[in-house]
Amino acid sequence: MNIHEYQAKELLRRYGVAVLDGHVAWTAEEAVAAAKQLPGPVYVVKSQIHAGGRGAGRFKEDPNGKGGVRVVKSIDDVKAAADAMIGKTLVTKQTGEHGKLVSRVYVEDGCDIKRELYLGLLIDRDTSRLTIMASTEGGMEIEEVAEHHPEKILKVAVDPASGISGFHCRKLAFGLGLTGKQVSSFTKFVTALFGAFLELDCMIVEINPLVVTGAGEIVALDAKVSFDDSALFRHKDLEELRDDSEMDPKELDAVKNDLNYVALDGEIGCMVNGAGLAMATMDIIKLYGSSPANFLDVGGTANAARVTEAFRIITSDPNVKAILVNIFGGIAKCDMIAEGIVAASKNLSLKVPLVVRLEGTNVDLGKKILAESGLAIIPADNLADAAQKVVAAVKGA
Amino acid sequence: MAVLVDKNTRVMTQGFTGAQGTFHASQGIAYGSTYVGGTTPGKGGTMHPELNLPVFDTVAECVAKTQANASVIYVPAPFAADAILEAIDAEVPLIICITEGIPVLDMVKVKRALSGSKSILVGPNCPGVITPEACKIGIMPGHIHKRGSVGVVSRSGTLTYEAVAQTTAAGLGQSTCVGIGGDPVKGMDFIDVLELFLKDDETKSIVMIGEIGGQSEILAAEYLKAENFGPGKPNKPVVGFIAGATAPPGRRMGHAGAVISGGRDTAAAKMEAMAAAGIHVADSPSSLGSTMVKALKG
Repeated sequence: MNIHEYQAKELLRRYGVAVLDGHVAWTAEEAVAAAKQLPGPVYVVKSQIHAGGRGAGRFKEDPNGKGGVRVVKSIDDVKAAADAMIGKTLVTKQTGEHGKLVSRVYVEDGCDIKRELYLGLLIDRDTSRLTIMASTEGGMEIEEVAEHHPEKILKVAVDPASGISGFHCRKLAFGLGLTGKQVSSFTKFVTALFGAFLELDCMIVEINPLVVTGAGEIVALDAKVSFDDSALFRHKDLEELRDDSEMDPKELDAVKNDLNYVALDGEIGCMVNGAGLAMATMDIIKLYGSSPANFLDVGGTANAARVTEAFRIITSDPNVKAILVNIFGGIAKCDMIAEGIVAASKNLSLKVPLVVRLEGTNVDLGKKILAESGLAIIPADNLADAAQKVVAAVKGA
Repeated sequence: MAVLVDKNTRVMTQGFTGAQGTFHASQGIAYGSTYVGGTTPGKGGTMHPELNLPVFDTVAECVAKTQANASVIYVPAPFAADAILEAIDAEVPLIICITEGIPVLDMVKVKRALSGSKSILVGPNCPGVITPEACKIGIMPGHIHKRGSVGVVSRSGTLTYEAVAQTTAAGLGQSTCVGIGGDPVKGMDFIDVLELFLKDDETKSIVMIGEIGGQSEILAAEYLKAENFGPGKPNKPVVGFIAGATAPPGRRMGHAGAVISGGRDTAAAKMEAMAAAGIHVADSPSSLGSTMVKALKG
């Protein structure tokens, strides 16, 4: 789960991470009120969307205007900036051409920036440890730095048994060329951020840029926090930070029904059990000359109700011209899936061709249920057969 | 002689009396494996109502009384890391965790506890391990397997079944199938399993199924290039497949680990590394069996 910058900063502040003062505003008037609470005379007005590249991004309504992050020097300009952002659609490198609607801005205190650094915390799958990455190339796209100048990315892995220690921070601080008071300020910052990461069950925390101020303080200028969805059960309060408007409506619907769904732009709706098989099903559809409309893993505990919900979400996509159900039952039982397919086809009065491939646990029972249902289901014997039939159904339509 | 599990494996179940523990233990028993009991804290001293096997409060007690040498875990995600840690503490040699959705930071701690321990972990979020016609531990459908010569190792559960069904249909059968699971932090990785397959006489060839995200398939390909292929090496034919060639970057595809973040973790990069190492890369998930048949013909 991702959250907005202002939410991330508010959370991190609670854990002692140095962030600038600021307030969220939903209207230009609120933005003015927010600015009046700050010392000034420099303010930063920042569009709040779940995507990076906001500063370089442009608004659809004003493609030749300024970006989604603006530094201003008066309260009037705060108002003007907020007016130019709220209710407008920001297009950045990460949003895709559709852009994202800005519904709120963050009004933040200005800052005397001396250097811009990068700091990231994540779980490194190769070492199975929490790893802290830092780079002198702050404000840049870190993926590009990693690709072209891997030597400019410093890394330390922290042993979960002993936790973070001063030396981890010093190693990074000296590597970044920090001196004197900056080193202790950096150590304090990283230690606090590390604590927040563990406490909040984060997947990734990125501070880009991390700023060294003229006074030698280390401050987060931006903050990107992503939580481990599997750990949200122990952070009920974080659920409130979820911004449904940032999600594809079909994906949101799927989350609420506990289904693993990703919307894509093809024409064949897929319902599969297991993430790997679901991806492989997408791949084979492409191989046979069509493209998948979605990724959908119904999971191991699929029953008739879940299958119905899955069908409802798949068919809510107007691009879907045919559906491929591919089930290799292990924990999922083919008869339960078959009952779900029959119920869903009847309840939703399915109008597109439906190809079903069942294999594995209780497969004979499942096939029998489908055969006796009287529905116009196209049965398939294996994965290649299923892909061929569903692509033929789309091409024939 | 297969790897990890065989006729001598004595299986216990953690989360024994729950729906999943009960169903899959009964399936394992029906398959002919030796299941000896299990744990459900608070129900110790009773007999499992359906399976007529003893239930214990703790793993240590279960091991002491039943001589279990493998434990399979069906405990719900919030408590699953605790269950793995308990099995490590009881020095169970082989721990197989089926549970999906364990918090990653919990697994980071588990991984630390494993180092220097007497246990091997398979999973979590995996289908389990099966040596056909000898021992089935996990949720895979037993009937699709056939005792044979192909070692199967995979990050994906249901895609493993695909490899199994196809190698069975090709008349090859499997020595052992190991589902290592789709989580970013896990027990055995590809290389750990491949090392066992290379040493195993019964395993004549290997199917390896990966997916997008991370770089463990690339490390595994490099390992095979160094340890399997070349004069004086085992030279076991290896067929590989990577799921997720059509997945868009930045989107998580179900498994916590299945997300492309750029660079070496794409399907294309992995397939390229596999081919460069001498692995026969299947172009489609439906041609795993036929690619192996071709590879065996040389």
